[in-house]
Amino acid sequence: MNVSQSRVSGRQSRVTSPRLRSRARRPAGTGPRLLAAAAGLLVTVAVVQTLLAGVVAVKWALAFAALIALGELLRLNLPGDREAAPIGTACALAYALLIRIGPVPAWQSALQVVAVTGIGMTLGVLPHLAAGRPARRASMASRLLAVAFAAFVFRPLADTPAVIRHWWTAFAVLAVLVALAWLVNMVLEAAVRASVLRARLWVTFTDEVRVLGPLGVAVGSSATLIVFAAEAMGLVAVAVFIAPLLVTQVAFRRYAGIRATYLQTVRALAQVTEIGGYVEAGHSDRVSRLAVAVGRELGLSEQQLLELQYAALIHDIGQLSLPDPIPGGATVLVSPEDQRQIAELGAEVIEQARMLDSVAEIVRRQSDPCRDPAAVGTVAPPLSSRIIRAVNAFDDLVGSSANPSRATAVVGRLRLDTSAEYDPEVVEALARVIAR
Amino acid sequence: MGRLSRATWLYIGVIVIAAAIVTGYGPHRDVAWSRLAVLAVLFLVCESTPTAILPRQVAWSPGYAATLASVVLVGPWGAAIVGLVSAFSLRRGLKPAQRVFNGAMYALSAYAAGRVYLALGGVVGIPPHNSFPQIIGPFVGAAAAHIVANYGMVSVVLWLTSGGESGRRLLNLRLSLPDLGYAVFGLLIAALWSVVGAFAAILVLIPLFVARWAIAQFANQQRAYEATLRVLCQAVETKDFYTRGHSERVSRGSVMIARAIGMRPERVEAIRYAGMLHDVGKLGVPTKVLQKTGKLTEEEYAAIQLHPMRGLEIIKEIGFLDEALAGIMHHHERIDGCGYPMGLAGDEIPEFARVLAVADAFDCMTSTRSYRGARSIAEAITELHNCSGTQFDPAFVDALVAAVERDGWQTPDTPVPPPGERIEAAAHDHDDPAAPLRVMGSR
Repeated sequence: MNVSQSRVSGRQSRVTSPRLRSRARRPAGTGPRLLAAAAGLLVTVAVVQTLLAGVVAVKWALAFAALIALGELLRLNLPGDREAAPIGTACALAYALLIRIGPVPAWQSALQVVAVTGIGMTLGVLPHLAAGRPARRASMASRLLAVAFAAFVFRPLADTPAVIRHWWTAFAVLAVLVALAWLVNMVLEAAVRASVLRARLWVTFTDEVRVLGPLGVAVGSSATLIVFAAEAMGLVAVAVFIAPLLVTQVAFRRYAGIRATYLQTVRALAQVTEIGGYVEAGHSDRVSRLAVAVGRELGLSEQQLLELQYAALIHDIGQLSLPDPIPGGATVLVSPEDQRQIAELGAEVIEQARMLDSVAEIVRRQSDPCRDPAAVGTVAPPLSSRIIRAVNAFDDLVGSSANPSRATAVVGRLRLDTSAEYDPEVVEALARVIAR
Repeated sequence: MGRLSRATWLYIGVIVIAAAIVTGYGPHRDVAWSRLAVLAVLFLVCESTPTAILPRQVAWSPGYAATLASVVLVGPWGAAIVGLVSAFSLRRGLKPAQRVFNGAMYALSAYAAGRVYLALGGVVGIPPHNSFPQIIGPFVGAAAAHIVANYGMVSVVLWLTSGGESGRRLLNLRLSLPDLGYAVFGLLIAALWSVVGAFAAILVLIPLFVARWAIAQFANQQRAYEATLRVLCQAVETKDFYTRGHSERVSRGSVMIARAIGMRPERVEAIRYAGMLHDVGKLGVPTKVLQKTGKLTEEEYAAIQLHPMRGLEIIKEIGFLDEALAGIMHHHERIDGCGYPMGLAGDEIPEFARVLAVADAFDCMTSTRSYRGARSIAEAITELHNCSGTQFDPAFVDALVAAVERDGWQTPDTPVPPPGERIEAAAHDHDDPAAPLRVMGSR
């Protein structure tokens, strides 16, 4: 490849990547819209009803609305394209679960809690909208409905003697309720995710638990803390007791930041093979996108998908160790021994990069046939390797062509090889993804 | 800590004796023993799972919150006892001397904090509902005293054990601001004690432990990120056997210059990355051009001149400091304006690029190339001085020379090509100021 060609290739890959990202971010499907509509309706009803019935303890309602707005303003992007507002959610939960404000019992109704939360969240999201950052309505709706759940369960119980006679009964009830509320939040987020990504609900739910679980523990304990602080010290204390959660938030922000930077670095590493002329421009990006779609179709968890994404992005990195690029860069056209050597070299590079061991293993086994008649008794390659093998072959044969009939023809050809080379399940999943 | 000097032992001895006097002196009456026990357990839990911050010998833990809560709840003497518990930390890898020092040091810090708290009018015991906000003043005073005492004693020990350098850096009290924040959590614990007892501590500390979990994830990811960056720069070096280790050394040289001219730590970090990745664009230059013997055609020369831009293309998606990107893009500019890719001159060239250029050329000259042996450091310095003002920024040449004279420079081992492997050897190096690239038809 000469200079001018590789310059063009660089430009092409630059054009494709932003488009990919914006597509991944935009929600689709009816699930999220339904959820947002339900939450909107609930808030409207709550606001109207609260205004008609009269607001109880106006000063506290305003204070909590302000805190919720602040929390929403400080919303947090989490790994895996998620959003949370730990401070806002903790304050809203605390408002739903208030027992006493100083010596005075808290009388606000569940609908007032929903109204205050809804108004606070709306106020908090306005600056984001003004700055051109879109609101994730589905995510906000999940948070609001979780708070509404806690409010509707607890407000009728708030003056039951059995609950509030001892601090430890109150403590136990609060602990159970914050846990349930966070569970509601996670289930709703999982449902939205399953609907948008066409993934399975159980898989997305376990993903949510893994990412949002630890944060939920922090949010729940802070909400409980605020409830007791309000009882002991009044209004000022509430603001002060957000502080521990602020530390949590800062830590999560740093974590999410480095995760994003890391993915960018892996992408840069993938770009190296393209700019070096070893691989056709855009190949790594296309393979990783398609491989993740196929993996999701096959029910992989988010962690497995992440490893698959890393592995797919740099599956050709072993070619850097070759003295000369393979003509055309298509590994499907070279001999199996060479393919295996490239895979082995790539795995060595990845081990050096101290990525997860599984990524190296996926890359190492990517060129092994699904069922090797000559190697009876060996362990079959991991599912992710089989996915990359099929998707890589698909992309090598289709290239950047957008012609659907060509894609169908290539899938047909891969089907012919499912007896030994490619995993039939993977090829069928690929066919379903292509057909969308 | 390695082997300790006599001065260090003496210092530890003084601290331990002081702690013994303080805890022995009392007063031992009217102590809420059960509360003290709960707080001690709490402190032990916090102390047993610290998170490492830089430099490596020092670790932060939310233990501050527990000792400061003890200041309010059980008074100076109780707080000192709670601090002593640090010696029994379940953290592995602590030497007995470190344990004894930590216990004594925490006891003294907590005692000092307790004395300041009382002096500023604080009252020992579970704070009643109406104690806010008067309690805040004495408490913040106590927290500050605790931090100053803690940092002071730790700095001295670091200074004694590491010959001066890291102790000086630690005395920089900017680091202690977050600690003040954590210390205030002690107040939250004390304030809620009247309502939910020891659960107050648990509720306050849970978010902190979750935060620490996130920070540990962050640290893992950060390590993987650095390793991946290193692979990225090694990928460049697979192309030419003789330039192996070049990127790492340029990175080190750039950091030496950056420190010598007093750059801020974040910028030093950025220039470290820039040094590692400065030649990543060479991946976009065909291998046969890089390894060509003899003069280059105009086209091949153009391909080499493009490598800084190529590098930019590869890494611009990474969320770096923009300064590092600018440095990589312009690291072949010359002060007299004859460099590439843009032909910038003098101060138009970004500072990072001027630093990288000096470190880059210096490492190239002191390394062996296939077409010549390595030059000595003295020769390379002379050459740098010769080109100072035309090719290099004189200030950075002087900085590097001074740093090399002080700290030395590790020249690479002469590379021995492994037998059996076919080595493509380059006949020129684009970094070499003494042997500029020759283009066909010129001269």
